Amino acid sequence: MFPTPIQQRPQAAQVMYKTLLPISLILWLLPLIAVAMFSIKPDTDFTQGNYWGMPGSFELVNNYGQVFFNSDMPRYMLNSVLITVPTVIGAVALSAMAGFALGIYRFRSNLIIFFMFVAGNFVPFQILMVPVRDLTLDMGLYNTKTGLVLFHIAFQTGFCTLFMRNFIRQLPFPLIEAARVEGVAEWRIFWYVVLPLMKPALAALAVLIFTFIWNDYFWAVVLTQGPDSQPVTAGITSFNAQYRAAYHLMSAGSIVAALPPVLMFFLMQKHFIAGLTLGAVK
Amino acid sequence: MTTTALPDTHADRGGRGWYKRNEIALTPWLFLAPAILFFAVYVIIPIFQSIYISFLDWDGLGEARWVGLENYAELMEDSAFEVSLWNNLKWLVFYLLAIPAGLFIALFLNQTVTGIRIYKSLFFFPFVLSQVVVGLVFSWFYLPNEGILSNIVQFFGGDPLNVLGDPTLATYGIIAAGLWPQTAYCMILYLTGLNAVDPEQVEAARLDGARGWKMLWYVIIPQLKPATFIAFVVTIIGALRSFDLISIMTNGGPFGQTRVLSFYMFEKALSEYGFRMGYGAAIAVVLFLIMLCFIAYFLWSMWKEEKGR
Repeated sequence: MFPTPIQQRPQAAQVMYKTLLPISLILWLLPLIAVAMFSIKPDTDFTQGNYWGMPGSFELVNNYGQVFFNSDMPRYMLNSVLITVPTVIGAVALSAMAGFALGIYRFRSNLIIFFMFVAGNFVPFQILMVPVRDLTLDMGLYNTKTGLVLFHIAFQTGFCTLFMRNFIRQLPFPLIEAARVEGVAEWRIFWYVVLPLMKPALAALAVLIFTFIWNDYFWAVVLTQGPDSQPVTAGITSFNAQYRAAYHLMSAGSIVAALPPVLMFFLMQKHFIAGLTLGAVK
Repeated sequence: MTTTALPDTHADRGGRGWYKRNEIALTPWLFLAPAILFFAVYVIIPIFQSIYISFLDWDGLGEARWVGLENYAELMEDSAFEVSLWNNLKWLVFYLLAIPAGLFIALFLNQTVTGIRIYKSLFFFPFVLSQVVVGLVFSWFYLPNEGILSNIVQFFGGDPLNVLGDPTLATYGIIAAGLWPQTAYCMILYLTGLNAVDPEQVEAARLDGARGWKMLWYVIIPQLKPATFIAFVVTIIGALRSFDLISIMTNGGPFGQTRVLSFYMFEKALSEYGFRMGYGAAIAVVLFLIMLCFIAYFLWSMWKEEKGR
């Protein structure tokens, strides 16, 4: 193990390490701790210049109540859910199939198609922006959640296919050959043999894509406007325009907007990290 | 296809038989069809459409006019474009600091003391936040009078600091905000990598007297190569994609000094500065060509590896 386990070090080093840990964590999360503190302060604290002192009073319920009951935030949150969940399902489904095709079958254009997905996943959004916006307008889907979902599914399929295909490559191939010898139809092999083995990959991708899409801002701005269809990342800017300089409300709003992916991460940590670090180890 | 009651002996005849005989060759294409269709319509074709639009003078609604390379010629003289290009370079260079920083934190946290798992996930936590929230959090952190940073500087006797209002500092301020989640990402890559470092090699190197930096440089880092590769890929892509933070924190200002290509393109094509789709597309093409160098390199590395299998 590297570095040397702290247990093998002198007592002083151990004590030092254990005190350094929480201090470094607090420094690392300082901007976030500040926002969390902002979000429970009363507005008088800000007008009186008490930015960093103790809260004048404890306004957690009031501030968050404002966000939930007196603003468009719940609508934006709902939009985000309605955009994110279908995207996750669509992208995972498409890429599971594509990954199966690219991972199991040998045909001549296999690698080229695979690389097309990989390369497409890396292109800058701006090169797609004008045509995708036009296409969405032409289909009458501008400023709808469906328009966003369709684009997100398509774009995320690139990354997901890369992921799925590499995962399927690691599955034991003799299993599939055995099924073929038994005369099992190919689509049944996919459904009954491969898919059950892919559960960890499906879970990992689902949480990752959830986070990516929830946090998307660029396409939300390009393809939607207004509280009817905008997700929370775009909504928070209009929320902030409404409560300009009301730091307690803006902080509370930001925390609410950030919460779902954070929850997702803490609940599904194992899958999340497995997804992010796929390929980081040989 | 599946419910036909044909007996197996007839399987060679008729539609089903043809499918059956070619099943292995056909199935991959059936499975690929929806993904390829989506990807082609929304990703592959738009790339070429954008390249085409970059030769047009077009406001997005009215008649488009073919202008050839005029947009590109205009770019050459556009000082805002030059600023954006330089800022992109700054992003590329400084964003890469996330890699050593991530390695450093990973080494710091790669211990087994009680509660270390919670520390690891809390250190990783900023990556889960949306860039919009990171941008907001940092713009309050940087506030000229009230912000923590300015207060800390004043505490040590400095003048109040207005990071985002200062044309020279603003870009670095935004990059620093971007480094926060990116470092967390690199950290988790390296933590996973360190987990898989071969303990026998480490022991052997220890017996040979390798310690500290030498051990890290000659024994550990070579074994972390796959993690480093991924860290490079995601960091470079992230640096060239930077848009959210700039849009939230400064909106390109002060005096347009924090623009990067991705932001400038958006401004030209879709914001109050006018709907110049052709000009915007030309900026996007430049950004795409820069990215293409990296994409080609990534694909080449992946291809070498595929061949090695």
